[in-house]
Amino acid sequence: MSTLAPSHVTAGIPPTASRPFRARLRRLVRRLGFWFAVAVIVSPAILVFLWMLSLSLKNELENLTYPPVFFPDPPTLANYVHVFSQNSMGLYFRNSLVVSGGATLLALLVGVPAGYGIARLQANRTLVLILIARMTPALSFLIPLFTVFQFLGLNNTLTALVITHLVITVPIVVYVMAGYFETLPRELEEAALIDGGSVWSTLRYVALPLARPGIVVATILAFIFSWNNFVFGAVLAGRATRTLPAAVYNVLTFEQLAWGPLAAAAIVVTLPVLLLTIFIQKEIVAGLTHGGVKGA
Amino acid sequence: MSTSAVIAAAVPRAGFLRRRTRSYRLLTVPALVVVGAVIVFPWLFTLYMSAFDWKIGEAAHFVGLSNYTGLATNQRFIEAIVHTFYFTLLAVVFPLLLGTAAALIFHREFRGRGFLRAIFTLPMMATPVAVALVWTMMFHPQQGVLNYLLSLVGLPPSLWVYSPTWVIPSLVLVEVWHWTPLVMLIVLGGLAALPTEPYESARLDGASEWQLLRFITLPLIMPFIVVAAVIRTIDAVKAFDTIYVISSGGPGTASETINLYLYLQAFAFYNVGNASAVVVVFFGIIVALALLLLHVRERARWAA
Repeated sequence: MSTLAPSHVTAGIPPTASRPFRARLRRLVRRLGFWFAVAVIVSPAILVFLWMLSLSLKNELENLTYPPVFFPDPPTLANYVHVFSQNSMGLYFRNSLVVSGGATLLALLVGVPAGYGIARLQANRTLVLILIARMTPALSFLIPLFTVFQFLGLNNTLTALVITHLVITVPIVVYVMAGYFETLPRELEEAALIDGGSVWSTLRYVALPLARPGIVVATILAFIFSWNNFVFGAVLAGRATRTLPAAVYNVLTFEQLAWGPLAAAAIVVTLPVLLLTIFIQKEIVAGLTHGGVKGA
Repeated sequence: MSTSAVIAAAVPRAGFLRRRTRSYRLLTVPALVVVGAVIVFPWLFTLYMSAFDWKIGEAAHFVGLSNYTGLATNQRFIEAIVHTFYFTLLAVVFPLLLGTAAALIFHREFRGRGFLRAIFTLPMMATPVAVALVWTMMFHPQQGVLNYLLSLVGLPPSLWVYSPTWVIPSLVLVEVWHWTPLVMLIVLGGLAALPTEPYESARLDGASEWQLLRFITLPLIMPFIVVAAVIRTIDAVKAFDTIYVISSGGPGTASETINLYLYLQAFAFYNVGNASAVVVVFFGIIVALALLLLHVRERARWAA
């Protein structure tokens, strides 16, 4: 475990008068160095978010002074009130919920059984298809889909957005679920099948209940990546059907809005995702490391 | 006699297995239909459209390969390829270095590790557009906080994304912030799988911590670093949201990557035929880069 831990390097040295002091000093320096490295590595991550929060809680005067004011004095929620009252943030939020929620639900509907089938057939070639899909730039799906939706009169509708977001959600769900079902023990399923159960009822009553943690992770990951998507909404959505990221870029621009309200809007967009991330932190770490490694 | 008995016993079992296999296949059908409609169909459609001169709302003319030959002599497209490679190189190397260092740190036991790791991974999940807005404010040459931080350590202010020279490195800074956590997680997965024996025997032989890292840890986690490099390369080549929001390919075309050029062709000029050809070339570049890195990985494995 402690492959790099310095602690027992000094353990074997016999105690003499000066050595323990020097050793302790060296250990102290090493420990300080380690915590310094931790601070350097972690601080950019947290500081950008804190700066975002700070911008959103300050009035315009404070946001534009130089040198910058770091702590809002006094903090104000006026920017949040402004974004929600002057713009249709509520509508965009609802659009995002419908699009990401709808695309995630549909993906679960088709993706969970598919993941199960792939895991039991050990059909790894199907997974390659999904990997190639991951390699394809999102814009290249948009040109054909845009053309087809134009033809069907579906451009500017939420339906078109939900369908397009399946490009994101289906591969995630299939990938995570196939990986999860592979880790489940097969004995119970075998017993159910030998007792005359069909593949479908085995999935429904044996495998699915066991796979609940995997389903939670697949759902949240699919939802997050769909929620974060910008370009599909930017191209396919109309005025009233924009998702949050598209709206933040198209409607709440630097020409129209000051920094404070923009930062407040940015927080509204990304806060749900950050909360979900913290909520399933451990599973995301496990799922992504696993998925990432299997990814090549 | 006995063989036929075995066969007779096996036949119903074989039928049973075959029925089962068919049921498993049936389960994948709905997903395959969806994937066919939203993923495979667009691929084929793109390939088909790339042979036409077509603007949305106008008639399409078959032009064979001339969209491709046009790209080969298109100065702006070639510059976009150069920008993409430059951006990708920086946006792969720095996250790999920092992510590996972070993984080595988070692999050790220390108080608050779980909490700090959670914070460290937050950028990866944050909405790119929202974060890009904040970075735009931070890059502001007069009121931005980054120039203030530079002045604190005695460095002259920078124009950041407003300078043609610095725009790509500045965008890479955002990309590094965003995606170093993913590299960290992948390498951390590799570290968790390390055997302990080599370390014990090397310590007995008097190896220093640095030697342990250099000659045992790094070679053993190299496959994971290569995997991270492949994923990072694919994502960096495809980077769009942050570039589009922060610089829109500017100033001028100084940060116009293939993806930005593609967006303009398709959704500003509605040049669908030409844009489709760009997609095909673009996809070819991505696959080639991924294969190249996997080839390096194979070679590394042979050498080891």
